[in-house]
Amino acid sequence: MAKVLMKGNEAIGEAAIRAGCLNYFAYPITPQSEVAEYLSKRLPEVGGTFLQGESEVAVGYMIFGASGAGERVMTTSSSPGISLMSEALSYIAAAHCPAVFVNIVRGGPGLGGILPSQGDYFQATKGGGHGDYHLLVLAPDGVQEAVEMTMQAFTLAEKYRNPVMVMGDGMIGQMMEPVEFPDDLKTEPTNKDAWATNGMSTRKSKTPNLVKSLFLDSAELNRNNLDLKAKYEQMKKEDVQYELYNADGDYQILIASYGTMSRVCRTAIDMLKAEGIEAAMFRPKTLFPFPEKQVYDAAVKDSCKCVISIEMSMGQMVEDVQRCVMGKKPVEFYGECGGEIPSPEKIIEIVKELIG
Amino acid sequence: MGKTFSKPEALTDNHTHYCPGCTHGIVHRLVAEAIDELGIRENTVGIAPVGCAVLAYNYIDCDFQEAAHGRAPAMATGIKRVRPDLMVFTYQGDGDLASIGMGEIIHAANRGEKITVIFINNAIYGMTGGQMAPTTMPGQRATTAPAGRDAAQTGMPIRMANLMSEIVTPGYVTRQAVLKPQMVNKCKKAIKKAFEYQVANTCFSFVEVISTCPTNWGMTPIDSLKWAEETLLPYYELGDYKTPEEA
Amino acid sequence: MQTEVKFAGFGGQGILLSAKLLAYAAMKQGYQVAWIPSYGPEMRGGTAYCTVVISDKLIGSPIIKSPSHLVAMNRPSLEKFDDTVKPGGIVFINASLIPVRSQRKDVVELAIPVNDIAIEAGSVRAANIVALAAFAAKSKLVDLDLLKKCIKEEFAAKPKIIPLNMDAFDRGVAAAQA
Repeated sequence: MAKVLMKGNEAIGEAAIRAGCLNYFAYPITPQSEVAEYLSKRLPEVGGTFLQGESEVAVGYMIFGASGAGERVMTTSSSPGISLMSEALSYIAAAHCPAVFVNIVRGGPGLGGILPSQGDYFQATKGGGHGDYHLLVLAPDGVQEAVEMTMQAFTLAEKYRNPVMVMGDGMIGQMMEPVEFPDDLKTEPTNKDAWATNGMSTRKSKTPNLVKSLFLDSAELNRNNLDLKAKYEQMKKEDVQYELYNADGDYQILIASYGTMSRVCRTAIDMLKAEGIEAAMFRPKTLFPFPEKQVYDAAVKDSCKCVISIEMSMGQMVEDVQRCVMGKKPVEFYGECGGEIPSPEKIIEIVKELIG
Repeated sequence: MGKTFSKPEALTDNHTHYCPGCTHGIVHRLVAEAIDELGIRENTVGIAPVGCAVLAYNYIDCDFQEAAHGRAPAMATGIKRVRPDLMVFTYQGDGDLASIGMGEIIHAANRGEKITVIFINNAIYGMTGGQMAPTTMPGQRATTAPAGRDAAQTGMPIRMANLMSEIVTPGYVTRQAVLKPQMVNKCKKAIKKAFEYQVANTCFSFVEVISTCPTNWGMTPIDSLKWAEETLLPYYELGDYKTPEEA
Repeated sequence: MQTEVKFAGFGGQGILLSAKLLAYAAMKQGYQVAWIPSYGPEMRGGTAYCTVVISDKLIGSPIIKSPSHLVAMNRPSLEKFDDTVKPGGIVFINASLIPVRSQRKDVVELAIPVNDIAIEAGSVRAANIVALAAFAAKSKLVDLDLLKKCIKEEFAAKPKIIPLNMDAFDRGVAAAQA
């Protein structure tokens, strides 16, 4: 298929349709409202369901309801909206339902701002809602990857019966890049008869299905948590995604970064190389499950003097990097917030300082 | 001798966890009878609330989803929009629907979602132990209003059926009670009618049911019925508040 | 080789569209491209700007502090971004609305009264197309015929305004080459 030039937000909307998701509920919030605008036009054309809910809180449960009924469904929002949806995320995870949530992250905390940020890393990977649950979190670095990850998200959500988050940022949502919609990422929906409330008349078994998260018996609740944990362990084994850049040679420093930030780091690494300084990049594409072993292996390489996590936040992913490097190498941090994005020149300056 | 009375197919054999004298059991039965009579059990999805009826799926024998506190109408919207062929009903109490879930119920009604809402109004929080609800009467004691509800501080009780009837989008809004056999019979008709509107894809339907909570009211079941009739019914007047035909 | 073009002006001057058309033509020509808007309150009638990156390899940083070229459609845009242009770049000035000139000695200045030309072509609304055509003719970043085709495609849903924009395009090219 020929390349088209599309805004990230619109491309994400189109990717959902191409992945066979015809149901979308959302509430407007900058910088991602174009997804809703795009799908309000496109979904009726393909016989899909579009609904603008009254709040992100309500939208979270529209997603839960549709997912519980066995249909592919997606919502998109931005940071403050995701906070409101986090209640539903906890319930959806607890009830083992698949759904896709896209967070086009803006600056926080509070109302923050509308410019790109990575301040929601903790919220996305460590919780957000209450209880022991995780989302599978995909972090694209541009419009093409946002398309591919949105499409993959539905397959992964159904594989694990767990909500999947595609975490971009305002830059990825707002910029236009050429994109292709790969045909091979579309998968057939899984059979949901065993658990979904899709109506007994459509199923062989005439036992009612129940989608729930309440377990008043302690042993039963413990069992549900163990079932969830088993899924997270399986994710760690089977669905870690990452990229190493300029990591074949003897690099002196390993830069950890993801999303839009990783593109700036890539440019900085190329500029450093031109000056004869070798730096490598470790880029997690899944923020959960985090590529634990891969960042460790890249950090412990003999030539590597230290690791630095560079983020559009005040230091969130760096905690995972530190955890995984286990003190084998110093782990440093640099970040800017609120829509300020560290420039390639700034990164070069920091790297030179660190490696002396 | 022929059978004169039997358990609806849509009710399970489980004993309910409800307190003696609680009227949830009656309303469960009415919902089950309506489902049976319309032959929709295998296409029906119920939404359980947070409140005493959180375990409703143990008693009503159809597919069920369990919502967070107050969110049942949003969840029902999600199901109904992606599967318009399913019959979707929520079963909510007054804390769930009239307090934390006020936004969800108003907007679901205003969008005209083709769902059925059964709203149990017993003027108190039941499951959490008798705290004040938005529907608690002035002067009525609650564990968070030990001297009785002070309307100067907490406002007057919310009359949901009246409020819902102000929504311009066509719908069926009625207030019923289950305090006497005649009332139970009328309530049954209203619940069935509410489901019929959904089966015919006509409109949103809402049945408020004035109920009792002997445990948290601190009364015997008989006294509760009497108190409800004397205190609740004059304020919460029974009857149809809105029908789609009049729109 | 990477080139960055910043388009800047009032909201409503068609800045974002000019930039998108340049990106689109460059994409068709086989380049990697990125169209990076500024977004937020300035979208509502204030100064709007956006940057197009054209490259022969994967585009890294979308944060462009100093572009190769600037297309300034109003005075505040010129004053704000004049300093940021890389030496040797083009500073394009909409002379209809900007009475001053670039303060730089190390850039190539191109001042064209695009509003006046657009009015001659039939409507001031085509000023962005005049500017785009003139800048494209001067910078030679993309093939002019291809760019013209892209503009035609863009307006496919409004065939009535295609002749106006085609005329505006030709006038813009001619003005740059004069």
